[in-house]
Amino acid sequence: MAETTNGTNGHSYVGTRTIRPDGVDKVTGRARFGADYNLAGQLIGRVLRSPHPHAKIVSIDTSKAEALPGVKAVITRDDFADMPSEFIPAGEMMMNYKDVTRNVMAREKALYEGHAVAAVAATSAVIAKKALKLIDVKYEVLPHVIDVVEAMQPGAPILHDDLFTVGVEPKPDKPSNVAKRVEIAQGDIEAGFKQADVIVEREFKTAPVHQGYIEPHAVLATISEDGSAEVWVSTQGHYIVRAHCARLLGLDIGRIRVNAAEIGGGFGGKTVVYLEPLALALSRKAKRPVKMVMSREEVFKASGPTSGAVIKVKMGATKDGKFVAGWAELKYQAGAFQGSPVQPGVMCAYAPYEIEHVKVVGYDVVSNRPKVAAYRAPGAPISEYAVESVVDEIAKKLGIDPIQLRMMNAAHEGTKAAYGPKFGPLGLEETLNSIKKTEHWNTPLRKWQGRGVASGFWFNIGGETCASLTVNEDGTVSLMAGTPDIGGLRASLAAVAADELGVPYDKVRPIIGDTGSLGFNFLTGGSRSAFSGSMAIVEAAKQIKTELCNRAAKLWDLRADQVEFSGGHVRALGAAAEKCAPMSLADFAKVAGKTGGPIGGVGRINAQGAGPSLGTHLVDLEVDPETGRVTILRYTVAQDAGKALHPAYVEGQFQGGAVQGIGWALNEEYIYGADGKLQNAGFLDYRMPVASDVPKIDAIVVEVANPKHPYGVRGVGETPIVPPLGAIANAMENATGIRFTELPMSPPRVLKALKEKGLNKKD
Amino acid sequence: MAKHHVEAIVNGDMVEFLCETEETLLDVLRDTLHLTGSKEGCSSGDCGACSVTLDGRLVCSCLVLGCEVGGRKIETIEGMAKGDTLHPLQQRFLEHAALQCGICTPGFLMASKALLERNPNPTETEIRYWLAGNLCRCTGYDKIITAVQDAAVAMRKG
Repeated sequence: MAETTNGTNGHSYVGTRTIRPDGVDKVTGRARFGADYNLAGQLIGRVLRSPHPHAKIVSIDTSKAEALPGVKAVITRDDFADMPSEFIPAGEMMMNYKDVTRNVMAREKALYEGHAVAAVAATSAVIAKKALKLIDVKYEVLPHVIDVVEAMQPGAPILHDDLFTVGVEPKPDKPSNVAKRVEIAQGDIEAGFKQADVIVEREFKTAPVHQGYIEPHAVLATISEDGSAEVWVSTQGHYIVRAHCARLLGLDIGRIRVNAAEIGGGFGGKTVVYLEPLALALSRKAKRPVKMVMSREEVFKASGPTSGAVIKVKMGATKDGKFVAGWAELKYQAGAFQGSPVQPGVMCAYAPYEIEHVKVVGYDVVSNRPKVAAYRAPGAPISEYAVESVVDEIAKKLGIDPIQLRMMNAAHEGTKAAYGPKFGPLGLEETLNSIKKTEHWNTPLRKWQGRGVASGFWFNIGGETCASLTVNEDGTVSLMAGTPDIGGLRASLAAVAADELGVPYDKVRPIIGDTGSLGFNFLTGGSRSAFSGSMAIVEAAKQIKTELCNRAAKLWDLRADQVEFSGGHVRALGAAAEKCAPMSLADFAKVAGKTGGPIGGVGRINAQGAGPSLGTHLVDLEVDPETGRVTILRYTVAQDAGKALHPAYVEGQFQGGAVQGIGWALNEEYIYGADGKLQNAGFLDYRMPVASDVPKIDAIVVEVANPKHPYGVRGVGETPIVPPLGAIANAMENATGIRFTELPMSPPRVLKALKEKGLNKKD
Repeated sequence: MAKHHVEAIVNGDMVEFLCETEETLLDVLRDTLHLTGSKEGCSSGDCGACSVTLDGRLVCSCLVLGCEVGGRKIETIEGMAKGDTLHPLQQRFLEHAALQCGICTPGFLMASKALLERNPNPTETEIRYWLAGNLCRCTGYDKIITAVQDAAVAMRKG
């Protein structure tokens, strides 16, 4: 990639482990996250939530709460206009606006325990809390349904009277909880199975898991008498927050300025709105700033986990190991409103492999749970877990090494994916080769230990992106991006800007601009922000270099083609080089006023050409037969980054995703009682991995350049959570001889399975 | 009931504040003293994002009441760097990219500092168990452990 980086004196920052520009603020406590913003005169907002999983809201009487001294505003469904049924794109999924308004504030019915029913703003948190108790809500409790399969049965309690399954013929005449049926197919699935020498069919079940960001949702909002609003919020997309708030409150988009606070984790869960429209509505009523922060219990009960699912997989292969047919049926929980990630689940299921005959069917199913939100490669870990488990079984049946079997069937450049496109260069084979060469793969194991491998695929996306570079009066550079920096984006973009403009890395100061400072940016998600942001920065730098060349040509009385930008300077070419001293950014900054004014560039793009990122994970674990506890002993990730702009933060994505996947595979789950209420809405009982649960995670960065990106970048954030579920299930089979088909493989479930086989004794 | 009047030493400075009985030390630090470096992730002592030391002992400030800290010494993330010099742990966290979103970082730094003051040469396992009270959802802990190990080496060399 040397031809695209100028560097400073030949030095290139891209691909090096620079110190992140926002780092010092984050290790000293200075960095301001969502809940760290305060305004003079602010009120504290709190939400009243439904205690019932399914209930008609007969009436809401707020008069006593309003009369409590210190209460400045109370809002309910009456403070929001109803919205028509209209689907809008939301990342990799679609959302219905009728549902969006009902999810932020219940209207006719409360559809899950924790559903917002009213909100108050008061002069203190204590008063706000008291006020909630004074709101009188009359409910008519309805039968509820939690389980996805039960929700699909005839006679199940119906959540929405107007929900008719889309994608089936004939069109249903009765409402149901199945919002839609989706399907992808290529080849002839029946013919494919006829070619197979071995067929494996299995049913799997996964539990809903939460993104588990450590920072709860937080917002500070203020709206003035003329309808001008300003918001500080922890979000993955402040332009998206602005758009939703404008629509839900009936404001012009341009009236709302949203500032992205530092964000304490999101993983997809902060791509939608919960508190933001409530805080604005309260502020509009009270004419004072309103701050709202969710408790951890609220985060679990009222913000989106990802789907739990039931998955059937049937795969066929020839005796020499060629996959000839892949069929699957996916039933994904959407939560209370339609919009599970079943579509990407369907598309990703067989994407790592070249298979002629594929058919995958998916169902999007509502039940009385919080509406799911995106979670890292939404939908893909679930379907790929099931497929990777079956791939492992086929390998065992055929006596073929599981890496070798994957290698034989790996999708590669030119493979036509079942979901449509023909792939460009892909790195799956390189990741498999990298894993095979590790010392880890070649180390022997003891009894009760097992080793598993699995691969994973995620598309990655690009999308609308705007970023700017401004040359300051002293030649330093201000960089502004419009996608919240969730894990090192500013470091990556500053390195690109430094290389493009030939200035030292520490002369570039990157910030995340507010919605009034840059054009529209789609959110941080889909592994798009470093990919698209760096493309926008390259474009902004190009504008600056062109402008500087034009200015130099005028100063030197040369034509534009007689000068060039290289090594951080504009230089005259040919004979003129001797009399015209090269000019740096700082030189131009000094004469900016005389040569045409401020110098800067703005990249405004709709980034295309995001290359999929594939990865392969290798895990060793040990099962304690007396307790069923599983200990992860060793873990290696190999994934294709295309080009790692900042290798340490790329590795960090691999490692973090792997550990989230370990939690999903072994412990995490939403546990509901028969009453439809969540029983483990806290970090003590919703058990995410802690430092002592996991070993070092070895990260191998594979680089198969994405030809559509100037540096070869592929997004890396999503894929790391895809393979762990399958890899761990495969290692469990290797350790115990038992094929676990239900997640999480928690101690009680593992112990039960061992007992059934008479294996629960150490020997 | 009237608020409690409390005097305490925070990061070496004498402070006084008024607080309600139910207000936690974390509430006082964040809302009254405007020291927002300590974070609230759970308010149940499960995530460690609010870790501070109280008379040298590592605590979750969400599990301590504000009215309990009269006359006691509290150290928070805001007091960790000395002048222009970052603490070796802060420096190593930066160098090893031991943070992604950074919300858990103040808690991890306070907990790691308490560990190294008590055990200057911990094994990897000892570090992992000491830090098991701090949740990080971004990093998978790998680079955090490396940073603490490296800082321990640097601090032993003085």
